[in-house]
Formats: sequence, structure tokens, C-alpha cells
Amino acid sequence: MNLRRDVFQAIADPTRRAILLLVASQTMTAGAIASNFDTARPTVSKHIQILTECELLRQEQSGREIYYHLNPNKMKEIANFIEPFRKMWDDRFNKLEAVMRNYKPKK
Amino acid sequence: MELKTKVIAEDGKQELTITREFDLPVELLFKAHAEPELIEQWMSNPYATSKMLKFEGKKHGSYQQQSTDANRKVVFRANGTFHDFIPNKKITRTFEMENAPLGVQLELLNFEKLTDNTSKLTTHVIYESVAIRDQVLKTPFAPGLSMAHDRMQEIMSKLK
Repeated sequence: MNLRRDVFQAIADPTRRAILLLVASQTMTAGAIASNFDTARPTVSKHIQILTECELLRQEQSGREIYYHLNPNKMKEIANFIEPFRKMWDDRFNKLEAVMRNYKPKK
Repeated sequence: MELKTKVIAEDGKQELTITREFDLPVELLFKAHAEPELIEQWMSNPYATSKMLKFEGKKHGSYQQQSTDANRKVVFRANGTFHDFIPNKKITRTFEMENAPLGVQLELLNFEKLTDNTSKLTTHVIYESVAIRDQVLKTPFAPGLSMAHDRMQEIMSKLK
């Protein structure tokens, strides 16, 4: 499930973006997060799980409760909106390099 | 993983610079920008096939390119004119996306020999305004996001 660990894919979903906004203001339990949504609790849990897997959320055990808080370092990756543009060109240039390495001039 | 490509886009400026070093002689790096069949190859990706509808690689020449998705639907078309086309050194060209409100951009591509087998490309792009530059920077994000969103929906529906 590598797909899930990409931060940009993680924030593609509006519910997950809403969760991040919620948790940005205070650390919250899964239950407290879910109470903010009309969506079924297991669905919200899955969103939280995905956000945790891609390290946008961090878990913290406090007594019997697990609290979630935002991982600011990972959020920085998103805040830098140049990254997808850079990635696009990097992919293209990698391909260019590969194409030209195999290039045989027409004689 | 560290990306080899660097993008410098200072706040409040209507330009940006893309730099990249290649494990290729400068002649091959230039050729990759000068032959339409080669451009098509490296500009294509699993989601979009690039095609050069017109390509006159010379001063005052022009080009038109288009991208189609897996269903052969045209996702974008762009065109421009070459102002300079100096082998292994420089390409100056304009670029305009058709049917998109992003105006014309001026692109200055500098090709530099580093060693016999390595080279560097510096692309300086100037946009009509700061707002348009920022818009362009965000553009590749949008289709990637919706694609990721579709994939995610697919996965989520299987998990139910």
C-alpha cells in the first residue's frame, strides 16, 4: 500500500483535509474527531489511519486514550506548493535521460 | 529521495528558474529538445501521450504540441515560436497553452557542457504576471490530485 503514504494523495480527500484542519488547532482523540463529521465512525477511522500512515498525524498515548496531533514537518512538504511542479519536471527529465542513453543516431 | 531538478521561484516574482544536471553529453541533451520524436518520448507519461503536431526547430520557426489521455481525448494543446535555436547552446521560445487563461510565457533554455559526459540545462521562464506564475506552479498538482482521489476512492470502496 505504498500509494497511501504519499502526502499529496493523502490530502486529495476533502474529509482528510478537514481532519487536518481540526487537529491543527488541538490534539484530539479519534472519537472527538469523528464527532465533527456526519460520516460513519469507521470511515473517519480509516481516514485517520491513512493520515497516520503517511505521517501527517502522530499518535500519542495518554492513559487509556490515544490522541492525534499534527506533524508539522510533514505538513511543510505540502505547504511548499512548488514540490509537485518540481516532481513533474524531475520525472520528465529522468525520462529524457533514459531515452537519450538508449539513443542510437540514424546513420 | 533527493530530486535532481531544482526549481527557484521567489515570492512575488513573475519568473522561475529550473535547473538540472544530466548524465548526458550536451549534444544529446540538446538533441532531446530538437527532435520532435524524442520530445514526444520524454514528455509522455503513463497518463498522457505527447505529440508534436508541428515542429520547425530554427529561428522564427514554430511548434504545436498536444497531449492525449488513455482514451485519446485531447487534454491539452500548446504552441509557440522559436526566437533562437543555437545547437548545444541555447533555445529561446515562447509557450502558450491553448484555451487556458495563462497567457504567453517566454522560455530561455541554456545548455551547458560540464564534462564530456555530463551537462546542465537551465530554463528561465518569464510569465505575464506573478498571479499567472503561481497558477502555473499549482497546475500539475490539480490533475495529480484528482487522479489520486479516484484511485483512493477505488481502494476505499474495496475496503468496505
